[in-house]
Amino acid sequence: MTARPEREQEVLDRIESFRRRKASLREERVTMAHGAGGKATQTLIQAVFLEAFRNPLLEPLEDQAVFALNGSRLACTTDSFVVSPLFFPGGDVGDLAVNGTVNDLAVAGARPLYLTAGFILEEGFATADLERIAGSMARAAAEAGVQIVTGDTKVVQRGKADGCFINTSGIGVIESGIRLGATRVKPGDAILVSGPIGDHGITIMLARGELDLVSDIRSDTAPLHGLVDSLLGATGEVRCMRDATRGGVATILNEIAAAAGVSMVVDENAVPVRAEVRGACEILGIDPLYVACEGRMVVFVAGDSAGEALRALQSHPLGRGAAVIGSVREDPPGLVLLKTQFGGTRIVDMLVGDPLPRIC
Amino acid sequence: MRFVDEFRDRKIARDLGAEIARLARPGRQYKFMEVCGGHTHTIYKHGIEDYLPQNVTLVHGPGCPVCVIPMGRIDDAMFIARQPGVTLTCFGDMMRVPGGSGSFLDASAGGADVRMVYSPLDALRVAQRNPDRHVVFMAIGFETTAPSTALTLLRAAADNASNFSVFCNHVTIVPAIKAILDSPDLRLDGFLGPGHVSTVIGCRPYQFIAQEFARPVVVAGFEPLDVLDSVRLLLKQLEEGRCEVENQYTRVVPWDGNAKAIEVIRRTMELRPHFEWRGLGFISQSALRLREEFARFDAERIFRLPGVRVADPKACQCGEVLKGVLKPWECKVFGTACTPETPIGTCMVSSEGACAAYYNFGRFSRERMQEVVR
Repeated sequence: MTARPEREQEVLDRIESFRRRKASLREERVTMAHGAGGKATQTLIQAVFLEAFRNPLLEPLEDQAVFALNGSRLACTTDSFVVSPLFFPGGDVGDLAVNGTVNDLAVAGARPLYLTAGFILEEGFATADLERIAGSMARAAAEAGVQIVTGDTKVVQRGKADGCFINTSGIGVIESGIRLGATRVKPGDAILVSGPIGDHGITIMLARGELDLVSDIRSDTAPLHGLVDSLLGATGEVRCMRDATRGGVATILNEIAAAAGVSMVVDENAVPVRAEVRGACEILGIDPLYVACEGRMVVFVAGDSAGEALRALQSHPLGRGAAVIGSVREDPPGLVLLKTQFGGTRIVDMLVGDPLPRIC
Repeated sequence: MRFVDEFRDRKIARDLGAEIARLARPGRQYKFMEVCGGHTHTIYKHGIEDYLPQNVTLVHGPGCPVCVIPMGRIDDAMFIARQPGVTLTCFGDMMRVPGGSGSFLDASAGGADVRMVYSPLDALRVAQRNPDRHVVFMAIGFETTAPSTALTLLRAAADNASNFSVFCNHVTIVPAIKAILDSPDLRLDGFLGPGHVSTVIGCRPYQFIAQEFARPVVVAGFEPLDVLDSVRLLLKQLEEGRCEVENQYTRVVPWDGNAKAIEVIRRTMELRPHFEWRGLGFISQSALRLREEFARFDAERIFRLPGVRVADPKACQCGEVLKGVLKPWECKVFGTACTPETPIGTCMVSSEGACAAYYNFGRFSRERMQEVVR
């Protein structure tokens, strides 16, 4: 590599030292960017919540905590659902709330057991809609083999919430011998996704009706525990799994590259994206890699088990569209690179906030 | 996908890359500016620079419409947004651009009603659906977006809308290019002309670049093959000793532009004597304001705007970076006063701006990236 001028290196070193500083929250108020799952969300979590609650179980900032209790290993997670609109093609806030928490348990290798459900309802919300949401929660729970065993209900004045917000927490048990986590990812591992990405996010954007785009695309919301079972049954070499929700596949790759101190190379041609999703993304100027899914996971397996893992995923109805999308490398730590469809190279960074439609 | 994949074909890209390498004389450095932010995005998104030889570099120009809005104008818009009963509407990528006291996202967090729209007509629709609110559209962009603002004004006038106005920040491309060309230490060998702007204004307005400043211009499309092909056409002109305006984007850009679009702009807007550009300072006759006949839709006349100019710090050298005179790290405030979190100039505001890209990824050279991918 060509050497850099001394002053340029000084400037780069100064930036590096800024980068290593402790996260600090600059904003006086919470903005929408803090909820988008990107850099702003990370800063908020690290500067406020991790600072206040710091403990060894929380510190890895995984989507769930894993701990031992009387000889069993348990996984515990929580998630809140504030989607608008509440009903959309392929699902509603109810099955989303069950599947989201089931998936956070499943990707830790846990068998989901029990869920809690908390409801924050806005004054004036139609009881028929609430019954419909509860019905789809019940169906989703039955499909995932979990029971909703306790709950809470609050009603707030009109305007203080948007119809119906749901929080679910869940607990699951991890069979002995299963060891998963971001820090287990190593150079040489293969990166897989379990199906076409971005369906949920684009469905929601279109369902809001602001774009005047019509498509028959549906949310991919689904419980992943069955798919995880098939995968873990087929190979013992799975390092880590994540469900690619808010922030999409790109955010997960960045989080894991940073946690494991590795780099990743992804082949854009290998990433499965439905034509409808690609079309909407082209029109809006956003990148499907950052669009949310609700029933897709990113899987890291040892390189020589990639074939086995892929076959296991593809043999399950929810993994038919699975693909190997890239591989883990050693250097430079934390960097995610994309080989573009066009044949170029680009860095895939974390977004600061939401992907915003571009004017040009 | 049809109408997309045809313009991203690797084989054609390799052929164009080879032709570019053949045309670029060894030992000579070529710097071409892509004027438009849309091109910068394409170049970045597809990794187009991987097809260019070492001695051909692309310099990112001033054509990102959200990045050139000066901080004072954003503060004015925030002032409007904070007025009781007012809803401010804007394009998505405007939401995060910081003014002197935060961005629209911050204004929204502070209780202002700021909404993202996809077209000025949507903003008018918001006004019609919310008769108890005054809806202001933050109009930005070059001649590309000005016609849709103009049509919206005509529609608002026809509908006799009483709760809708436009905060006009439309700018024009030619004076900005001229400001860059006027620099005594200009280091550019040619321009990729802005494709979408040219659908409106056509190709003629760039002729002064070829005639007075002896730099070739190729009006370029936005798919990656368009950009490579346009670089090839620029090199070919230089090789053949020609210097003219060429149109690569013929499938979209008519040589004479769109007379109807220009007419609606002319009917509703007029040139301002001068306008401030973030990082470039004041440029005369470089922006549009509403005509007197549309005063009742003009947010600048309806609201008593503070109009406080937030000066770019003197040390900001965006202009020099834009002209290709300085590299980002050579700017005095780079990485200290000016960072992606607290951007001063246009090059740092957009994540694709030269300075932001260098701040985030400068530690990885292109060679290093290619090594990793191999």
